[in-house]
Amino acid sequence: MSWFVAVAPALPLHTAGKYVAGAYIVFLALVLVYVAIMASRLARTERELAELRRDVELRRQSEAQDPDRQREPVA
Amino acid sequence: MSVYGRGLRGLAIATVLTITAAFALVFFYAPLDADQGFVQKIFYVHVPMAITALCGFVLGGVLGGMYLRTGERKWDIRSYVAIHMALIFGVGTLITGGIWAKASWGHWWVWSDPTLTSFLIVMLLFATYQPLRFSIEDPERQSRYASVFAVVAGAFVPLNFIAVRAAQGYVHPRVLTLTGGNLPGSMRLTFVIALVGMGLLYVTLWKYEMSAKATRMQVRALRRALLGEDSVAPLKRSAAPS
Repeated sequence: MSWFVAVAPALPLHTAGKYVAGAYIVFLALVLVYVAIMASRLARTERELAELRRDVELRRQSEAQDPDRQREPVA
Repeated sequence: MSVYGRGLRGLAIATVLTITAAFALVFFYAPLDADQGFVQKIFYVHVPMAITALCGFVLGGVLGGMYLRTGERKWDIRSYVAIHMALIFGVGTLITGGIWAKASWGHWWVWSDPTLTSFLIVMLLFATYQPLRFSIEDPERQSRYASVFAVVAGAFVPLNFIAVRAAQGYVHPRVLTLTGGNLPGSMRLTFVIALVGMGLLYVTLWKYEMSAKATRMQVRALRRALLGEDSVAPLKRSAAPS
């Protein structure tokens, strides 16, 4: 940390700093919000996939218990 | 893994590294601007974001043209995501531009500046893309109309750019020209790396969204094939192609 402070240039944060920080924070916030929205959508897809896996497993089990039952056509 | 997910991790790592390097150069390498001072640092995030957004709009038009040529739905989805991403970058450009204008000129917005106003016009034009899609229920017609819109609006972007460059009465600084401009070497290097980073970010997010859409479509198709048509809830009316 002390090395970082030593090499960091003296930035005029008291004047323009808030504007520059604001611009870069806007950029990072946009990216983060977008990634968060996409992550929530991905979680929903994962839930659907798990549900689908469960349905297929149930179907397989019922077929194993009743092998004479005619299989429904699979497209 | 869908075709869009291939190489996504490597691309994401390259994007993070490039943007981190660019930001490090902005604050520790690029000199302070003699005229604007520290405020000029906004240039390295604002301009690359604007260039990427405009290129994204043009890309959306090109991909829309591919849909009209081939009729394959994948081109419409690619065009939709390209424009969607460009809109997000465009919003970032408008906000960071407003912040820079306030710091430099004392106003959040200057209507007399052709660069600002023309960018706003492009943004408003593309902001109608999604409502246009939403207003059409039939998926095929939606794709066709949206692609025509994307081609026409995409062609407007370079024309608009040329018109603005030709305008004389502007207050927006011109630092990038074909003859080299007036950026010193260290600033130019920093800018180029920031531009590459922003371009990589655009491509990464585009691939990310395409990958998510492709996976979702595969899940729906799989459900339909395994459990029948009734097992899949009908899609609600949406601007997004599916």
